[in-house]
Amino acid sequence: MATVLIYAEHKDGKIKKVTHELIAEAARSGAEPVAFIAGSGIEAFAAELAGMGAKRVLAAQGDAVKFYSNEAYGKLFAAAVKTVNPAIILMGASDQGKDLAPRVAAILGVGLASDCTKVKIEGDKLNATRPIYAGKALADVEFTGGAPYFATVRPNALSIGPTAAGATAAITALPLDLGALKSAVKELVKSATAKLDVTEANIVVSGGRSLKSAENFGIIEKLAASLPNAAVGASRAAVDAGYRPHSDQVGQTGKVVSPTLYIACGISGAIQHLAGMRTSKVIVAINKDPEAPIFQLADYGIVGDLFEVVPALTEEFKKALS
Amino acid sequence: MNIYVCIKQVPATETKIKINAGASGIDAAGIKWIMSPYDELAVEEALRVKEKNAGSTVTVVSAGPQRVHETIRTALAMGCDNAVWIETPEDIDSFQAAKALAGAIRKESTPVDLVFTGKQAVDDDCAQVSQLLATFLEIPYVTAAVSAEYGASSVTLKRETEGGTLEIIELTKPCLIAAQKGLNEPRFASLPNIMKAKKKEIKAYKLADLGVTDADRKIRLKNFQLPPPKQAGKKIPGDAHTQSKELVRLLREEAKVI
Ligand SMILES: Cc1cc2nc3c(=O)[nH]c(=O)nc-3n(C[C@H](O)[C@H](O)[C@H](O)COP(=O)(O)OP(=O)(O)OC[C@H]3O[C@@H](n4cnc5c(N)ncnc54)[C@H](O)[C@@H]3O)c2cc1C
Repeated sequence: MATVLIYAEHKDGKIKKVTHELIAEAARSGAEPVAFIAGSGIEAFAAELAGMGAKRVLAAQGDAVKFYSNEAYGKLFAAAVKTVNPAIILMGASDQGKDLAPRVAAILGVGLASDCTKVKIEGDKLNATRPIYAGKALADVEFTGGAPYFATVRPNALSIGPTAAGATAAITALPLDLGALKSAVKELVKSATAKLDVTEANIVVSGGRSLKSAENFGIIEKLAASLPNAAVGASRAAVDAGYRPHSDQVGQTGKVVSPTLYIACGISGAIQHLAGMRTSKVIVAINKDPEAPIFQLADYGIVGDLFEVVPALTEEFKKALS
Repeated sequence: MNIYVCIKQVPATETKIKINAGASGIDAAGIKWIMSPYDELAVEEALRVKEKNAGSTVTVVSAGPQRVHETIRTALAMGCDNAVWIETPEDIDSFQAAKALAGAIRKESTPVDLVFTGKQAVDDDCAQVSQLLATFLEIPYVTAAVSAEYGASSVTLKRETEGGTLEIIELTKPCLIAAQKGLNEPRFASLPNIMKAKKKEIKAYKLADLGVTDADRKIRLKNFQLPPPKQAGKKIPGDAHTQSKELVRLLREEAKVI
């Protein structure tokens, strides 16, 4: 049975959903999922990881690794790889995974398939497909350097599995052999309004230049608030005009999202924007121009003035979901 | 200070991507090539540091086929002092690229103080070279830096993560900084600088000069495909109220997403 080592990521006291997705995929394929986790105060996570399907948990625990850093976590995760000797290594393509995975690949001298949208474990092999040119094309990854096969996988690309209450996993404590470090995370500054990230949301409601002001984005926020697990996104034109922070930008030079539902409000559908959201499961476009390119990608289109449609739609969602 | 900035030439972001006949890559015919947008931020940041530190030099390094000269000239026209070109075939992987860049930077033999890159090149979107390069050079790094304060022996950076949380990170110099949008606003090259850049020497290395071989390749992209075409969607008729009601019904009963 192939061993799959999974980097377990946590934030605000919770295991990230993408970690669950990876463990579930390994379990579904009949491999043995082993989780690595680092941080302080992480005792409770071992049982949670076991519930998701991890058979073993390697834990690097202590105040020295209270904050994530690519240098310290890279050393520890590389040590975990050497301990477990896995056939396959998986991480979420989150801001942490994207930062860390290449470091680990460099330390170990193994190839990495980054930001995959499709992975399939077959025996001790990994089939990985990844978007290129911001999703305008796709390519399969051949690991010419041999095993272990290492990939980061985009959140929402895989489904989670059932959680088993009361499951247990063998826990191995990893020593914190960090040596001299040349980097340190001093502080984490949370944004004033703790918000769901567009890359992690189930539903993304985006607004464009046509909103005309930061205040007018209030109607987009209300629409998002009427839906479960929804975040607000924006076109680059809206970001450049200062209506939204860059962290909300969807597109080739912003974030690439693949939510279940993407609602584009007053967004023309420039190729760079489409690149960032075309893999969304269902796309809705609201635009007053019936010829807007966004309609070519939309499953459902509403030709109309967003200042009328968005509030009306908010009321309908509220009614339907209450 | 010896400052290096690594840049990559990529297809312009408005390019409509086509796949080549063997599905082994994209069809490069008619593509307009540009400096990857994040690399523009890296060049700008390198120049700003240089301008605040008299006697510093900025060396731009780029790996790629002959055509990347044009992008190297753009960086020179923005104000870089020296240029290094690493001649490579079209499809080296991130490992080979990072090893080559590290080799070239080492060959330049000056002690390195700062290395700048873009957080990812918007072609294969691997976002690996910055981290690999820093690890090969044995220096710390920050990816996706949105602000940087330069001290005598360290740099304090802000890195943005999901949900707008900022990590405040201190790196001991020398270090590598991968630029994210927000770090600065890149300048345009002035006409006199464009003229001057045309005359500057571009030093050339081959992969073999830097000890990079086929064995350094770790992955290869293959079976290039276009995403499956989308079926034409439905336009919902009526006034805003009718449209909204119908959309909610369709999302619920047909698409089953809410
Ligand atoms: C290097 C580069 C990188 C880029 N990266 C990105 C990126 O990552 N993300 C991105 O989004 N863009 C990106 N762009 C920009 C992109 O090319 C477009 O300029 C941008 O996406 C347009 O934003 P928009 O749709 O909000 O504005 P516009 O193109 O101006 O469209 C506004 C739309 O709103 C509609 N509209 C106006 N008023 C109303 C109303 N009252 N009700 C309904 N509809 C209305 C109009 O019909 C129009 O379709 C990039 C460009 C370059 C050159």
